[in-house]
Amino acid sequence: MTQQLTLEDLAGDAKRRNRERRVKVLFVAAGLVSIAVSILIILSLAGEAWSFISQVDLSSLWTVGWFPRRGLYDIPTLIIATTIIAGIGMLVAIPLGLGAAAYLAEYASPRARRWLKPTVEILAGIPSVVLGFWALTFISPEVVARIFSSAKPFTMMAAGLGVGVLITPLVATVSEDAMKAVPMSLREASYGLGADRAVTVRKVVFPAALSGIVASMILALSRAIGETMIVFMAAGAVGGALRTFNPLDPGQTMTAAIAALATGSDQVAGQGLTFQSLFFVGLLLFLITLALNSLSNRFVRKYREQY
Amino acid sequence: MTEEPTTDEQLAPRPGAEQAELAAEIRAERKRVTGGTPDDAHDVIIELDNVDVYYGDFHAVDSVTIPVREKEITAFIGPSGCGKSTVLRSINRMNDLIESARVEGRIAYHGVDLYGSGVDPVEVRRHIGMVFQKPNPFPKSIYDNIAFGPKIAGFKGDMDDLVESSLQRAALWDEVKDKLDESAFALSGGQQQRLCIARAIATSPDVLLMDEPASALDPIATLRIEDLMYELKQEYTIIIVTHNMQQAARVSDRTAFFSVDVNEGKRTGRLVEFTETAKLFTDPAEQETEDYITGRFG
Ligand SMILES: Nc1ncnc2c1ncn2[C@@H]1O[C@H](COP(=O)(O)OP(=O)(O)OP(=O)(O)O)[C@@H](O)[C@H]1O
Ligand SMILES: [Mg+2]
Repeated sequence: MTQQLTLEDLAGDAKRRNRERRVKVLFVAAGLVSIAVSILIILSLAGEAWSFISQVDLSSLWTVGWFPRRGLYDIPTLIIATTIIAGIGMLVAIPLGLGAAAYLAEYASPRARRWLKPTVEILAGIPSVVLGFWALTFISPEVVARIFSSAKPFTMMAAGLGVGVLITPLVATVSEDAMKAVPMSLREASYGLGADRAVTVRKVVFPAALSGIVASMILALSRAIGETMIVFMAAGAVGGALRTFNPLDPGQTMTAAIAALATGSDQVAGQGLTFQSLFFVGLLLFLITLALNSLSNRFVRKYREQY
Repeated sequence: MTEEPTTDEQLAPRPGAEQAELAAEIRAERKRVTGGTPDDAHDVIIELDNVDVYYGDFHAVDSVTIPVREKEITAFIGPSGCGKSTVLRSINRMNDLIESARVEGRIAYHGVDLYGSGVDPVEVRRHIGMVFQKPNPFPKSIYDNIAFGPKIAGFKGDMDDLVESSLQRAALWDEVKDKLDESAFALSGGQQQRLCIARAIATSPDVLLMDEPASALDPIATLRIEDLMYELKQEYTIIIVTHNMQQAARVSDRTAFFSVDVNEGKRTGRLVEFTETAKLFTDPAEQETEDYITGRFG
């Protein structure tokens, strides 16, 4: 059976090749659109931010607080408040999230896992406005005010705790995926050497999943910094804020400052550079989250390569 | 299933010249290593007595009885799916990690029922170590791989010495002594498997369970592992699962041959024959054993 093979036999179906080409064009177009949108965002932010920074009196960037309508653009106020609130959020989310992840990945019976995992994922989908409202009406009076009698009704503490609740499921699910991805053979090696579960989790699973766990934390931090609604509702200081390091004071984050400016009437009736300052803060925020996300991507890539 | 020492008469060539050659080879090899045929001088250290293993409703292994003697190498052979790994993993309670797995019957270690109440599986695994089919070093340095077990067991002595002696006993020291801080993943497959053996030895178990320890290795690395087993047998009791019958014939003192019964689509493993290796490969008591080994050797 020595039949001659011709090129025609291998040429395939022209229709199929055409279809593949069209699908490819479609995908490339979709990719290009999202890239174009990102570039547009950066350009418009950068343009307005530049017009702000080139016109503003630089000394007004370092004052007693953030009161854009009075020409006081103290950027440190926003950065400090952002850091405090995100920090409190992380202090809540890291132990809770990692604990939940370790429980789900290593301890929960398959049956418990079957309903717990979706529950955590649903938690991750709660709209932040709901959590903001909850932070204001429950965390602030029932938790913060009870522990710290000096606390005001609007505090960075309440907002930070709310943000912590918001990002805990993110830490939990991403870390759990990283821990589940650790090969069973490593656990067997550990148990086979006479390790118990606690040691196996701490000394084998955790280190092997570390880059994924770190990535989950960076993602959560980025989410905490970018969170708007909770801080807008619960941290108070809608019009502006004094520079303060006290978490029991009201405070204004970068995101809340943007929201406050954008929802006000400054765009049409504002004085001078008030509205422009929004773009400057926005650009700052954009760069910070961009840096955090690419950092987290690096970690994720590293952990994909690991075993 | 006789337990009598093999006599030369039993090893005499019957079915064919090839088998006679093989028997001679096995005896010569054993002479080289132990200076004689296995005898009953070694005490039974692990006794599997009517062991059944289930995965949920699935009856994986039916009624296995095997006495394992100290400082001997016991091989488990048989077709795929007959439950060799299942039985092996029930000996150090590794099956506890599989939720659906359940063991019935008695597995005694130095007379103690390993599944009795009050027995801690973690403690069992410190006495009965395990080497797996695929080398599974931790993503840590070579040194930390070895030190892992002793550290968690609260080892107080000189760790450097222990690491060195464990690697030496696993015949790996010379190859890695200059790179103990490097990742274990940088080693070749055969080296990784010897590292896993060294790691198991470092916790000073009494018994080593090896589940096809050489199946992922090339022939030369395989021979090194086999040589290593001869050495280790001076101090340890070894149970090895292998698909490779030449390997079972070369290294083991006694061999258990498992088979699998299929009824109503369910496959249940069963022990066909357990006896001295030289006898099993030359003069098996069961026709089934003979069919299997001749099928493979022929
Ligand atoms: N975790 C498990 N859950 C359910 N069934 C299992 C599990 N592990 C093994 N089995 C089943 O138990 C039977 C015996 O499997 P086992 O792995 O012990 O066979 P084996 O003799 O080691 O085979 P191989 O030579 O292929 O390694 C098989 O039918 C297998 O499908
Ligand atoms: Mg197996």
